[in-house]
Amino acid sequence: MRKRIIVLGGGTGGTLIANRLRRLLDRDAAGIVVIDSDDGHIYQPGLLFVPFGLARPARLVRPRHRQLRRGITFRRAAVDRVDTEHDQVALADGTVLGYDVLVIATGARLIPEETEGLTGPGWLEKVFTFYTLDGAAALRQALSRFGGGRIAVAVMDMPIKCPVAPLEFCFLADWYFRQRGVREKVQLTFVTPLDGAFTKPTCNRELSGLLEDKGVGLVTEFNTGEVDGQGGRLVSYDGREVPFDLAVVVPLHGGQAYVERSPGLGDALGFVPTDQRTLQSKAAPNVFVIGDASDIPTSKAGSVAHFEGDILARNITRYLAGEPLDAAFDGHTNCFIESGFGRALLIDFNYDTEPVTGRFPGRLGLPLLRQSRLNHLGKLAFSWLYWHVLLPGRDIPAVRSQMPTAGKRPPDGPGPGDSPARSRKAPRCPP
Amino acid sequence: MPTMTCAGREITVNDEGFFTDPSQWTEDMAPQIASAEGIAELTDRHWQVIKFMRHEYEAKGTGPTVRALGKTSGVSVKELYQLFPKGPAKVAAKIAGIPKPRGCI
Repeated sequence: MRKRIIVLGGGTGGTLIANRLRRLLDRDAAGIVVIDSDDGHIYQPGLLFVPFGLARPARLVRPRHRQLRRGITFRRAAVDRVDTEHDQVALADGTVLGYDVLVIATGARLIPEETEGLTGPGWLEKVFTFYTLDGAAALRQALSRFGGGRIAVAVMDMPIKCPVAPLEFCFLADWYFRQRGVREKVQLTFVTPLDGAFTKPTCNRELSGLLEDKGVGLVTEFNTGEVDGQGGRLVSYDGREVPFDLAVVVPLHGGQAYVERSPGLGDALGFVPTDQRTLQSKAAPNVFVIGDASDIPTSKAGSVAHFEGDILARNITRYLAGEPLDAAFDGHTNCFIESGFGRALLIDFNYDTEPVTGRFPGRLGLPLLRQSRLNHLGKLAFSWLYWHVLLPGRDIPAVRSQMPTAGKRPPDGPGPGDSPARSRKAPRCPP
Repeated sequence: MPTMTCAGREITVNDEGFFTDPSQWTEDMAPQIASAEGIAELTDRHWQVIKFMRHEYEAKGTGPTVRALGKTSGVSVKELYQLFPKGPAKVAAKIAGIPKPRGCI
């Protein structure tokens, strides 16, 4: 009998898993429906560049349905709830759809209203976010008018999408104000709830060093309890304050509201508890999760959804065939970190290996955890790869779903193939 | 592995002072750990959080983050900081004898 696969969400994960499944499964064997509440697919890595005039908002959006292969139905509708006991999705318009397999790919939701004062007086005047298209565009206007003063770049709490993005924002802001010749009048401060610039030690040292080099202040373990836009202050729960003339805030993230409305589906924050190796949800065996919607301990990033896609598509076909799932996902994550002045760093890591130096994907590849022009060009080229390789659900040549180890240098010694002389010369993090 | 003496028993802890074996914990150890963290007296509200931390750890294998605590423990984030000024998730986890919450990446 023909199976019915419903994919909730037509973003990065939903689009690429639908396309991969469509290629793997005969049309007679399975129907695939992708459901999303709108038809605008945003290239999210581009949002970072909008405030600095390096990307135009309209160029970042394409129709969702156009990214789907023939033989996939796109349905524009909001989801009311999922009933995992009866294998049904209830849409907001009252329609109820049954499924054999459900893929949850609805990502994370920004919840600025959960932070006291954040959306109050000063919101979109002195307090901005670049995590939405409108916010990034409004921030562009504000930055172009900004002649000097204190800018606080603040993460409200983890988890957030693309945890390096606020750091990249600091690096680019340093570049931007230098270009304008007003850098010495601008005080930049990065404010984070974490105890360092990044969560993993080697990478944290590298990125903290970069902040210092660029004269960006760092305030750590700052859990913002209130954003006072009028008074120009961030106030932490433990009573500390960071003053600002302009705040660039990454709001709290949670799962989608329908997840919270669906009994037994989500956790306290609305993310869906998921097996971190098979990507099967813990709510029901025929419910799978891809991308930011899950609770697995990876970064919330498009590269994760891409690497998950290959493994999840095969696991869904296994599930439909009654075969055991493959516990193959290793947490592989890969991020370019734009550092300003036409350069970028690259990090590549998984559940067990923190980001280290070396090269990716092999010994002759892009330099890891080190600023280079090549990485910057890689980041720019990625936009093309995103629309033409990632979303269609194809593999990037030479880049495997499992994290490569060739070319990586362990944090406390030379890597495979490194001569002692070369590893002395290569930039390394202090032990 | 460092050890400390708590309620007359030898406990193994990690470098940051978190229990490495939560089964070694008993309720009578909590006041001593709390006072080392600058909390002179454990009120009912403290205990509500500590017991919730234990429960969450036993159910999920990791302690909740501050935000999840605020949503599920019945104590608001604001009050959590009043109860555990040095950081609710970390300090309450330490007093509850569970590992440092894994947090997010």
